[in-house]
Amino acid sequence: MLPTTRTSPTARGRGGATGAPPRPRRRRPGRWSAWWFLAPVTGYLVACYAYPLYRNVELSLREYTVRSFVQGGAPFAGLDNYRTVLADPTFGPAVAHTLVFTAASLAFQFTIGMALALFFQQHFPLSRTLRALILVPWLLPLIVSASTWSWLLNSDSGLVNAALGVVGVEPVNWLTSPRWSLVSVIVANVWIGIPFNLVVLHSGLQAIPAEVYEASALDGATGWQRFWSITFPLLRPVSAVTLLLGLIYTLKVFDIIWIMTRGGPTGSSTTLATWSYRLGFGNLLPEFGPGAAVGNLLIAAALVAGLGYLRAQWKQGLR
Amino acid sequence: MRAATRRSWWKTGVGLALTGLMLFPVYWMVNVSFTRDRDMRASPPHLFPADGTWDGYRAVLDQQLPYLGTSFLVGLGTVALTVALAAPAGYALAKLQPPGGPVLSFVLLIAQMIPGIIMAMGFYAGYLQLGVLNTLPGLILADSTLAVPFGVLIFTAFMSGIPDELTQAALVDGAGRLRTFWSVVLPVSRNSIVTVSLFAFLWSWSDFVYASTLAGGGEHQPITLGIYHYIGNNNQQWNAIMATAVVASVPAAVLLVLAQRYVSTGVTAGAVKD
Repeated sequence: MLPTTRTSPTARGRGGATGAPPRPRRRRPGRWSAWWFLAPVTGYLVACYAYPLYRNVELSLREYTVRSFVQGGAPFAGLDNYRTVLADPTFGPAVAHTLVFTAASLAFQFTIGMALALFFQQHFPLSRTLRALILVPWLLPLIVSASTWSWLLNSDSGLVNAALGVVGVEPVNWLTSPRWSLVSVIVANVWIGIPFNLVVLHSGLQAIPAEVYEASALDGATGWQRFWSITFPLLRPVSAVTLLLGLIYTLKVFDIIWIMTRGGPTGSSTTLATWSYRLGFGNLLPEFGPGAAVGNLLIAAALVAGLGYLRAQWKQGLR
Repeated sequence: MRAATRRSWWKTGVGLALTGLMLFPVYWMVNVSFTRDRDMRASPPHLFPADGTWDGYRAVLDQQLPYLGTSFLVGLGTVALTVALAAPAGYALAKLQPPGGPVLSFVLLIAQMIPGIIMAMGFYAGYLQLGVLNTLPGLILADSTLAVPFGVLIFTAFMSGIPDELTQAALVDGAGRLRTFWSVVLPVSRNSIVTVSLFAFLWSWSDFVYASTLAGGGEHQPITLGIYHYIGNNNQQWNAIMATAVVASVPAAVLLVLAQRYVSTGVTAGAVKD
């Protein structure tokens, strides 16, 4: 314990003088004073997290117009905005697209990230440098990645269609046909997510002791057997955390979809995040109430995913 | 021995190919940024900027410098605010065991999971009333939410590793908590300060959600909006759009080269418990 947390000598002396037993050290002024260091961040959390979230809930429960948004005095509407949103024909597809976008992104990011992590775990010249270079897509501003992919997938002059033309495939309207828009944004999102999966899984692989592999080599296990019966089970906690973090990040994805397709054409790549943005900011006449309602539904989904993440972290902490 | 060397060079070849495949879109961005307008719609597209042009970069210099300046200021402001808030908190959580500390850590973890688009709507409503919409401090404050919880977690993890003897010796020598933090803990935490600053800068530099909702109508707009307007207004001049994208990627590239090990520390420390 730190010296300052001890009961001060004067207090002990006084206790002795009256003959009373020494008081239990319940109050620890030293430990409470640590909150001086935490006060700024606590105030910040209230102002910059709690307040915006509270405003968002309030927005979703009132009937806002542009006028009442500026001047105040919007009537209380209860759950009307939620009803509006749930009854909206966009709702079903938006939820479906969010699910498909998230599931497909996670599956491909994780599988490719795992394959690359296994490959780069081997020691060969330049392996460290190349592994660091693969981080680039993850560090680029999302608007840069999204506009680059927009151009790669351009119907008339994009490289992807040019390459498909070489093997005799007709050009595909990647971003402008409802059939392909969701696939296109998933491809871009997977590309951005691979490096993160690679790095985290790689650090997990590093933590597996080499002796385990040596023992299995003596037993004559093949590479594939080694992966399925050693690497994969031992990596499970790290994999769980990677997938759950990926889930939380992917639910939030907005920039890529908005920049590449704006959720279109005809809503074919609209997710809950882009829908919420379009309602609040993407139209000339903002619908703050429904926008906030969609946002709160998204938060609920993210929190469920988040609690799963914390459970995984906690379990891992117990090991 | 020689066979082993040959085998590992073969692996380097595969590694180079995989890295090349992953980085191909980045190469393509650079390639298009040098392509002349008249070659832009060539079929098949030119794989190298054979008759390259600097037109795109000239357009960046002419039109995008104010945006870059804004992003730079916002980035620096975000870094300063993030470190100022997160470092003391990390010190307290790591070294002083305050009552309620674990609860605060838990809140910070949850805070990282809130989608930015939802925060943006709340910020917008609040900023409108406070009159800080479309101002630099407003954008800095909003952008800092991307990095503060992460920063506290990184600082806590790092400062837990500082030996107790070091901080206790300072206390015994009569230094107060503040003095100990300032003169002992902060100097030895240089690596974590670099990691946190790096990510705070990159995230605010890359931010599009807060920029478009909270600064979209102001005079000072960051580079992400510069690119976004370019795509909207000017979709003929893809070399200018891609040149801006290349310039906007420079901080990421520079930071990756200069601070490689801090980057991997940040990626993994945020995600995995040791």
